[in-house]
Amino acid sequence: MSVRNTLRAMPTLLRVGFAEAVAYRAEMLIWVLSTTMPLVNMVLWMAVARGAPVGRFGQADFVGYFLATFAVRQLTSSWAAWLINWEVRQGTLAMRLLRPISPLWAYAAENVAGFPMRLIVAVPVMVLSVVLVGDKALPQQAWQWAFFVLAVLGGWAISFLANVTIGALSFFLGSSQKVMEVWLVLYFVCSGYMYPVELLPPTLRTVIDWLPFRYQIGLPVELMTGAHGWREALWLLGAQWAWVALLGVLMVVVWKQGVKRFAAFGG
Amino acid sequence: MVRRYLRLLGIQLKASGLLALQYRADFFTEGLTSLFWTFTALAPLFVVYGERPVVEGWGFGEALLVVGWFTLLQGILEGAINPSLTGVVEHIRKGTLDFVLLKPADAQFLVSTQRFLPWRAFNVLTGLGLFVYAFAQLGRGPSLPGLLSSVLLLCTSTLLLYSLWILTVSAAFFVVRVDNLTHLFTSIFDFARWPSSVFQGVAKGALTLVFTYVIPLALMTTFPAEAMLGRLAPASLVGAVVGSVAFAWVARRVWLRSIGHYTSASS
Repeated sequence: MSVRNTLRAMPTLLRVGFAEAVAYRAEMLIWVLSTTMPLVNMVLWMAVARGAPVGRFGQADFVGYFLATFAVRQLTSSWAAWLINWEVRQGTLAMRLLRPISPLWAYAAENVAGFPMRLIVAVPVMVLSVVLVGDKALPQQAWQWAFFVLAVLGGWAISFLANVTIGALSFFLGSSQKVMEVWLVLYFVCSGYMYPVELLPPTLRTVIDWLPFRYQIGLPVELMTGAHGWREALWLLGAQWAWVALLGVLMVVVWKQGVKRFAAFGG
Repeated sequence: MVRRYLRLLGIQLKASGLLALQYRADFFTEGLTSLFWTFTALAPLFVVYGERPVVEGWGFGEALLVVGWFTLLQGILEGAINPSLTGVVEHIRKGTLDFVLLKPADAQFLVSTQRFLPWRAFNVLTGLGLFVYAFAQLGRGPSLPGLLSSVLLLCTSTLLLYSLWILTVSAAFFVVRVDNLTHLFTSIFDFARWPSSVFQGVAKGALTLVFTYVIPLALMTTFPAEAMLGRLAPASLVGAVVGSVAFAWVARRVWLRSIGHYTSASS
């Protein structure tokens, strides 16, 4: 399982993943359509902001914010936890383990290969956002674009690593779907998915700044809508990538310990 | 005839009940996750009403009633409607629906009652708890006619929810992979978390019309909440009853037609 082998296998894995994403495009479209929550919240916050702006958010700002949330969610989501749970229970993970490359790379490749299909959904939403809100919906300067791309990558990495870590817990627990549900709830409440985290009281915000969730959705969205100066943005990106590193280490430890316990059922 | 079906229902209920008793620990995990999810539903409510005392004519306590109805119906949906109808999709895919169709009882009745998840009823309790809390916030109780009409509306809401599900499942006869459609449905149901008047500001009230007449979400949560507050017009009550019965009739027609189209997958 050398680095060279892994690198050599990557293009193929990506191609397979992409072909899979294309094959199940209708399914993917339905998944995308079922993430309507940002739209519910957008409408709600527009109603709240009708009379007077909330904080720095007027009605148009909320439209920009939640359309960005929708697009970012498409780009940073991962479903590896369910996949791993399923494969552990069915025993099909044994097949993946026999291959000369770690299943983790395969999961990552499958996820990344879905990107082009997801962009097809995300880009029109961003365009719509520009039409409705104007220039404010997108980063204005080159560095802002760079930071935004970094933040999306970091956001994806956090979701993916957390997904695999929680998925790997199923080696110990039998099924870790409930753990994943708890993670998801915290993610919905703390990530800025339902409301901009800025609107929360200061004490709660400090707590959320220390948790990983905000860096999955909130940070990319804030960078996209240009909410921060570069100094603050740099600081937040640092925090985000610190979480990526931490979760990376955690994932490797949990996965290695877990695989040792794995005995294929069925398979 | 009716007695035979009642006995059949009793048998199916007993089977599901025994199954549920085997997994008693689920009671606590279900309870915990249901509380967690309720909290997510409430989080934006707290944030919104931290900003404004009244949104589109709904105060905090009143909006809380709508969330209570949402939670209660979610319990019914996930405990009584969802499990058996996901079973139908499985039947269609595997081609085992033949065995159901061959039985000397109505197929719709059989598939609708094949499985219940009693522990999910925890959501119903959470919903009732929310009602109590909401009325404590409002500083008064519901009136007796209000309470009676809300019970009546509970029946119509359940009927509507069930009919919508029958329609979704009927689609499974044509597209087979419908488990994603069920996700789509649950995510659209998310709109019912909020009083329907919140959506008035969008597209000149088109959304409110859609949620009242096309996908009757307003009837399911906003109407009962208004009835409890004693401000639902009698005409709306009559409309809800007539509308839901008509809807159920249409769903039944569609189901019968779909059954007619069914050709077994295995043979």
